[in-house]
Parts: sequence; C-alpha cells; structure tokens
Amino acid sequence: MTPPSASQSPVTATPAIDPALIESSVRPDALGRFGQFGGKYVPETLMPALSELETAYAQYSNDETFKAELEGLLKDYVGRASPLYFAERLTQHYAHPDGTGPQIYLKREDLNHTGAHKINNALGQALLAKRMGKGRIIAETGAGQHGVATATVCARFGIECVIYMGVHDMERQALNVFRMRLMGAEVRPVRAGTGTLKDATSEAIRDWVTNVENTHYILGSVAGPHPYPMIVRDFHAVIGQETRAQCLEKWGGAPDILMACIGGGSNAMGLFHEFVGDPGVRMIGVEAEGEGVSTGKHAATLTQGRVGVLHGAMSYLLQDPDGQVVEAHSISAGLDYPGVGPEHSYLKDIGRVEYYSVTDKAALEAFQTVSRLEGIIPALETAHAFAYLETLCPQLSNSPRIVLNCSGRGDKDVQTVAKILDSMG
Amino acid sequence: MKSVSQQFKTLRDRSQCALIPFITAGDPDLETTAKALQVLDQSGADLIELGVPYSDPLADGPVIQAAATRALQRGVTLEAVLEVVKSVSPTLQAPIILFTYYNPILNRGIETFLQEISAAGVQGLVVPDLPLEEVESLLKPAATAGIEIILLVAPTSPKERIRAIAAQSQGFIYLVSVTGVTGMRSSLQTRVNTLLEELRSVTEKPIGVGFGVSQPEQAHQLMGWGADAVIVGSAFVNRLAEGQPAEGLTKIGDFCSQLKAALV
Repeated sequence: MTPPSASQSPVTATPAIDPALIESSVRPDALGRFGQFGGKYVPETLMPALSELETAYAQYSNDETFKAELEGLLKDYVGRASPLYFAERLTQHYAHPDGTGPQIYLKREDLNHTGAHKINNALGQALLAKRMGKGRIIAETGAGQHGVATATVCARFGIECVIYMGVHDMERQALNVFRMRLMGAEVRPVRAGTGTLKDATSEAIRDWVTNVENTHYILGSVAGPHPYPMIVRDFHAVIGQETRAQCLEKWGGAPDILMACIGGGSNAMGLFHEFVGDPGVRMIGVEAEGEGVSTGKHAATLTQGRVGVLHGAMSYLLQDPDGQVVEAHSISAGLDYPGVGPEHSYLKDIGRVEYYSVTDKAALEAFQTVSRLEGIIPALETAHAFAYLETLCPQLSNSPRIVLNCSGRGDKDVQTVAKILDSMG
Repeated sequence: MKSVSQQFKTLRDRSQCALIPFITAGDPDLETTAKALQVLDQSGADLIELGVPYSDPLADGPVIQAAATRALQRGVTLEAVLEVVKSVSPTLQAPIILFTYYNPILNRGIETFLQEISAAGVQGLVVPDLPLEEVESLLKPAATAGIEIILLVAPTSPKERIRAIAAQSQGFIYLVSVTGVTGMRSSLQTRVNTLLEELRSVTEKPIGVGFGVSQPEQAHQLMGWGADAVIVGSAFVNRLAEGQPAEGLTKIGDFCSQLKAALV
C-alpha cells in the first residue's frame, strides 16, 4: 500500500502517513480489526469466551484497584522499570571513521524476573483470569519464555497450569522445561507437525475449546483472535512508556530509531505502541530468515508471506499455493512461527514500520558479538535484532539514537549455541 | 441434483431423521474416497460431509487430524478433491457438503472457490473456524454460486447468539453436541437434549447434531430428542483407515447401514 500524501510532506525519518491510519483508537476497531487484519476466526465454542474476555478486559483495564495491583507486582515482583542502558562498546563498534555514528541503547527486558519481556503479559492476564474466576490456566510456548512466565505467575497465584510445547522445542529448550516443571506446571509435549510453536498453539486452542468453561488461555504473543492482539500489546506497552520517560530523562527527547525482533511480535509491539503516532520515530522489526529465504527454510512471515488466517486471526502467513500453512524454520524457537501479529501486518501495509530479516548465521554472530562486547548474553530471538545493526548502522548518517529492545536473556540458548559452534568446528 | 434444503424437506415429509456420515478426502487415497462416497450413498447416507484436509485443523480431534495429515503427506490438494467430487457426484442421491477451514478458501479467492465447488457438484459448505461475525464475506457470493452455508451452534452459545446463528444458517443448523473438538465419546451429554429444545424454540430449520457421535444407540437417542440429522465423523474415518482400502470400504458400508437402521 502506498502511504497517502507522501509527496506533499517534508522529508522525515519515515514517510508521512495519514494520521487517521495510526490513530490509536482504531487499532483495533470494534470487530478486532487492524485494517483488514485481525478478527476472530475460531470455532463457535470459543466465541462466548472471547466476548467474556473482552468484557472483563474493558472493565478491569480501567479499574483502579486492578491497575494498582498490576503496577505493584510489576515493580516488586518483576523488577520494573527495566533500565535503558547505553551500550557503549557496541556503539564504538559501529562508529563511523569520523567518530560519528549511532548511539545504541538497550531496553533491558532481559533483566525482568524470568529473563524476558513475556512476564508483563502473563502477569496481567493471570490477574484477569483470577477476577474472571478461572481456576485453570493454559498456554503455548516456543522458546519456553512465555511458558516459564506463565508457570511463574500461576505458582505465584496458586493456579493450576498446563503448558503445551512442541517436542522439538522441548529438546532445544530443555532448561526452560525444567524451570516450568519446577514451578509446578504440567508441560504437555506436542508431537503433531514439526513439534514447534505452531503445533503447540493449535493444541492449546483445542484444550481451550474443550475446557473453556473453567480455563483461561494466556496467549503469549500479539497474535490469535481478538481481543488477544490488543490485550497482549497493552500489557507490554509499559516497555515503550518507560522508554519514552527514560529517553526524556537521559537526553530530553525521543529516540530516533526503535528496533526489535519479531516472531509473533509481542516485544516489538510493546516497544512500538507508544511511538506509532510519533512520525519522527523510525521503527524496525527484524524477522528470522533461518537458512535464507531462497532455501524455503525461514520464518520471514512479513517479508515473504501472503495474507491468510491462522490461529484465529487474519495476518501475513507462510503458506503453500494450496493455502496449507507451511512449517517455519529458525534457530530460535521463539521466532519459529509461520504467522505474525495482525497489527504488525497492518503497520507494514500502511508503511509505518519497516520489516527486515536476518539469517540464523547472522544471529549466531550477533549472539557472540554482544556477549563479548557488552557482557550481555542475549536470547537467540533478541540476537536477530542485534544482527540487523550490521546492515543498518553503516547506512545511518550523524549520530541517531537507537533503542533496541533487549527482549530476553540467552542463558536458555547456550547449550544450543555451544552445540552448533562445536559442529562448525 | 437436490440441494441440502430440498433433501431435508423430502426427509421431513417422510418424518425421517437424516444420517450424515463424514469422511476425510484423500485418506487413505482419493480413489478410495470416490468409492467411499458411493458406498455411503448406497448404504443409507442421506447427505455426505466431505472434509478437505488442512494443515491446522483447530476444531478436530486426533482421529480427523491424523487423517488430514496422512492425506496431505500423500500430496492431496483441493483441486484433486474437487475432481473426485465432480466425477462421483452425478451418481449420488445424497447431496455433498464440503467441510473446510477458512484459509484454503481465502487463498483460492472466495468467489472462485465457491464457483469451483459448485461446478463440482457440492451443495453445502461448513467452515468450522468462520463464526457468525466473520461469515458475512461468504454469504452473498455463496448465494450467487448456489451453495448453502451451514453455521454451527455450540453448547456455550448464549440464547441471543443461537437465535442470530439460526436465522443466518442455510440448509440446516449444525449443533455441536460437546464443548470440545471432534472425536468419539462413549456417551452423549444429557444437556444435548436441552440444547436441542432451546434451538428448536427459536427455529423451524432442520437441526443436525454432530461432534462426539459414534454409535447407533447415540444416533437413536438423538433422534428421540428431536434431531433432524445425526452427523458421524471420526467413527467413519477410523473404520475407513483400518486395513486395506477394500476392507475399510466394507466396514464403512456396514457401519452406515447400522446407523441408518437405528434411525427408524
């Protein structure tokens, strides 16, 4: 889609976009649509549960007691606000010969309790589930970060917890499987398909269809049927809100560029949401290109997919010519998903956010570079956002301030990486 | 060829409860699917539901999921399924209802898809992941193509929703008998009786009950509770997949006759 009236606008960091398209009240509309994307494509059995969730969320998201409880837990249990850290050596690494160059800041979501941004949403939804009187919680997980976050909040509130996880992911994220079980969650292996996030999500939805009357499904990304993409975004919006305040405090202005990795897109949406209406802030989402787009083994949904419907929402989707969903591929379990959030699909189409992809290999290199230069081991998912700095930084003139969402820590990935580096000799 | 509505009218005039078997197209292979349609038609099926295999069948339990996976692994495509329907449908008494998830429809283009299935001889369409709120896009082009869109009511649907769904559904109303996915259950939930009564109080349209029905006794019970049709899926898919195709065909023929005999 061509952004309207681009030709009449002054040159800014992003092409001018009709303000009506980015008005936050229309994202989503009453039917849960972001433009053509989103909606509710689910079996009839779930429709009343989605309405119930929508009503509960509308009520409690404006309820002072609810907000105070959530804020208190985010502060004392999760450890928010997460720091905005100036990555000095990474900045030096990408400095131009003349000494200018992008100033790289990291939003340290990896320092949250449980080691990733996922806890923001899990906590918010668990509080909702409690108020809705649901005695059982289920979730899907890929990398295990959302599963761990869900198991954590269920332990905290004493709620029965079942996590669906693909068998392939259970193997490559064994540490997280142990953590979930340690906290009392039941981890159910999913063998269907390739045993990854897509299959785990389908199985979680089937469980929900069956047990909907006493169960809340904590969906872990800005995907799925309405109202999930909105609720998950809103619970993560604290990332962008804190970032705005921290930038003001550090340099009295807004960031110039925001960067985040995209699987379903929750950490990116959390960072971007606050700034979508700021035309001066450039936004970049980085997808997983796996072994390369030409090999067909990738997870670059926004850059390579076509519009389709998966897990209850219309969005870009990796599918074959017959409309069958194809398996994604990424070294990082959290990005290994053939769909993507409907709001990202919309932001791509209106030209508000730029989306690119990087390969497994580039992510592995970034994983090591960041570890070595900053003493921060990023999650393999997050490493994809770091990897795009290689392409982006040489293109930037002057010294723009970049905020990169350091969405998770990489402890869970060290075994996988060690194995791969070993095999590469 | 009779439409779904016409078939129900004929049956109602005879005070008969319809039997609707379901099979997954392409499992074990398309040749068997073609034969199975004929066997079912000759063994008492009043309408036949044909499932198009899909990679992510959210509303299906393990039996139909596995059948779809096997069919896809054999390379079964929508086009090939429709070819089978096209060649067989003129020989059948029972109208064919296609059961497919929404993405393959969207991928094909809604109008193209509807015209193609209509040309192949399909009469009705069930899309399990397209609830009332999203079905609008399908209704008008379906009317043009002469395809009846059958909507589902679930045990969780509140009364005002049931009313709205009943008003929009064409051919019949598909009552999902369990809170859950497709698959065999050992007994019927007694609340199906209440659901049938509730649904009957808001509509004159025929009501077909499915999901979890697998035995002649259950079919008989549903008829007693006032169902206009009984839909049986996984139990057929299971039988057809057992042993050699010829064996499977005999089994589903016998099973179909047994079910039919229970509906008198």
